[in-house]
Amino acid sequence: MKVRRRLSPVLYVLPALLIILLFRTIPILGGFLASLADYDIGGFHGFVGTDHYQRMLSDPRFWLSLGNTVHYVLGVLPAGIIIPLGLAVLLKEGLEGRSLYRTVYFLPVVTSTVAVAVVWTWVFHPEAGPLNQIITMLGGEPLAWLREPRGIFELLLAPAGIRPTGFLAGPSLALVAIMTVGVWKSIGYNTVLFMAGLENIPKDCYEAAKLDGAGRWASFRHITWPLLSPTTFYVLIMSTITSFQTFALVYVMTPPPGGGPLGTTNVLVFYLYQKAFDRFDIGYASAISVFLFVLLLVLTMLQRRFGERKVHYS
Amino acid sequence: MKALRHILLSLGAVIMMAPFIWMVSTSLEDGGFANYTEAWNRVPFGLFFINTIAITALTVLGVVITSALAAYAFATMEFPGRGMMFTLFLSTMMVPQPVYLAPSYVLLAKFGMVDTYGALIIPWVANVFSIFLLRQHFKTIPRSLYEAAVLDGCSRFQYLWRVVLPLSRPVLATVVLFNTISSWNSFMWPLVMTHSESLRVIQVGLSYFSQEMSGNYRLLMAASTFCTLPLLVIFLLFQKQLVSSYTGSGLKD
Repeated sequence: MKVRRRLSPVLYVLPALLIILLFRTIPILGGFLASLADYDIGGFHGFVGTDHYQRMLSDPRFWLSLGNTVHYVLGVLPAGIIIPLGLAVLLKEGLEGRSLYRTVYFLPVVTSTVAVAVVWTWVFHPEAGPLNQIITMLGGEPLAWLREPRGIFELLLAPAGIRPTGFLAGPSLALVAIMTVGVWKSIGYNTVLFMAGLENIPKDCYEAAKLDGAGRWASFRHITWPLLSPTTFYVLIMSTITSFQTFALVYVMTPPPGGGPLGTTNVLVFYLYQKAFDRFDIGYASAISVFLFVLLLVLTMLQRRFGERKVHYS
Repeated sequence: MKALRHILLSLGAVIMMAPFIWMVSTSLEDGGFANYTEAWNRVPFGLFFINTIAITALTVLGVVITSALAAYAFATMEFPGRGMMFTLFLSTMMVPQPVYLAPSYVLLAKFGMVDTYGALIIPWVANVFSIFLLRQHFKTIPRSLYEAAVLDGCSRFQYLWRVVLPLSRPVLATVVLFNTISSWNSFMWPLVMTHSESLRVIQVGLSYFSQEMSGNYRLLMAASTFCTLPLLVIFLLFQKQLVSSYTGSGLKD
C-alpha cells in the first residue's frame, strides 16, 4: 500500500467554507431570528414574535416604499426588454462594427453606479442641466425632474383635466428619472444576453421560413420570438430581481435624509437602509429583509421552474 | 436597409455615450484641467484611491486562492458532504446583499470589525460564482493528465499548482476581472460598514462629495471622471473577456 501524505479534500474547501458559513449563512439565518426579536442599538431585548411583521403591514411608509418599488420595477422592465431586444436584432451576426457598438452599449454596465448617478443628477439638474436646456431650446417647459413629487400620469393627464391620485398617479417624475438611469445602465447587459440568445437559434429555421415566403416580421414573430423565449424569460427575471434591489441610484440622486421629494423615490432597500442604519432598528429592518428575500426567492424559483423548460430547440 | 440599421444603432450609441460626453465636457469648463486638481485636493481622493486599490487587490487575491482550492476539491475529489457543501454554496449565491446587510453589521460589530479594513475584505474573500466558474473548467481537464503527473511523482497540490492553474489562465483572468469590477464598484457595503474618512473607498467618497458639492458641477464631473477612468481603461483593454464573464457564458454547460 502506498502511504502518502495528502491534504484532506476538506482542507481545500475549508477557507471558502469558513467565509461562506460565517459571513453568509450565519447573517442570513440571524436575519430571520432578528426579524422576530427586539434588537436595537442597545442589543438584544428578547423575542417579540411576529410583531415586526404586523407593524410592517400597518406602516404607511413601508407601503409607500413597496409601491415605489413596484412602480420602479414595472417601469424598468418593458423598456429594459424591448430596447435591448431591438438592439440585439439590429446587431445581427456579421454586421460591420458589431463589436464596437457592443462595447459602447456595455460601457454603462461596468461604470460604477455612484459615478453614473452623479453624472445623471447633473443631466437632470433643473436650472443648469443639459436636459432642460435641450427642452427649452426646443420650445418646451423645463421640468423639475428629481425635485418633482407629482406622478407621471398626473402630469401627463393634467392638460386633459383628469387628476389620478395615489398609486394611479404613477411614479413621481423624480422616480421616472431614476428609472431612466436604471434602464440606461442595464441596456448593454441585456443586449449581450439577447445577442447570445439569437446566435443560438439555428440558421436553417430562417432559411426554411424564407422558402415558405415568410417576411421579416413573420419570421421574427414565428421563429425568433418563440425560440428566444428562454432568454427573454431569463432577462425578465434577472431584471426584476436587480430592480427590486435598487439602492445606490436612489441614494445618490435623491440623497438622504429625503428619499426624494415627499418620499416618492424611497424604495424598499432604501427604507430598509434607513431603518437599519439611521434608526438602528435591526429587528424591523430584518423583517423587511425577510420580506424582500421571500419575494426574490419566489421569483428565482419561477425562473428555475419555467426558465429551463423551453430551452430545447429541436 | 443596412443604412437604416446603422442609423438606428448609431443613434443608440450616441444616447448611451451622451452622459459620458457631458461628464467630460462639463469637467473641462471654466478652468479646464484645474477643475481636476481642485476636486482631487478638496477631499482626500488620493487616500480613497489607495484604499480602494488595496482593498480590491487583497479581495481579488483572496478570492482566487479560496476559489481555486475549493473548485479543485469540488471538481476532482470525492469526499463526504461534497454535494451538500456545493448546494450550500450555490444557495447563498441566490441571497442578495441587502437581505443580509443589517445582520452582517451586527455580526461584524460583535467581532469588533466595524470600521476596519477587515470588514471590507474578509467577508468578500470567498466568491461562489468564481468557485462555480473554476469548477466547471477544472472538470474539463482530462483525468489521464493527473494520472501521468502522479506517476512522475507529483503530489495533488503540486498538480493543482503546476498543471491545473496554468491550464486555466483564461478562466482565472475572468475571475480576476469580474471580482475586480465588483469590488471596485461596491458601494452599499463600505457605506454601511465604515465611518472614518481614513478608511473611505472612492465610491463612498464620491457619493459624499456629491452631497457636499451639490452646486459645483464642474468639480463633481471632474471627480466622476477620475473615479471611472481606471475601470474604463480596464474594460476597454479586456472587454471581450469581460462581456462574456458578465453574461455568465460559463454557466451554460
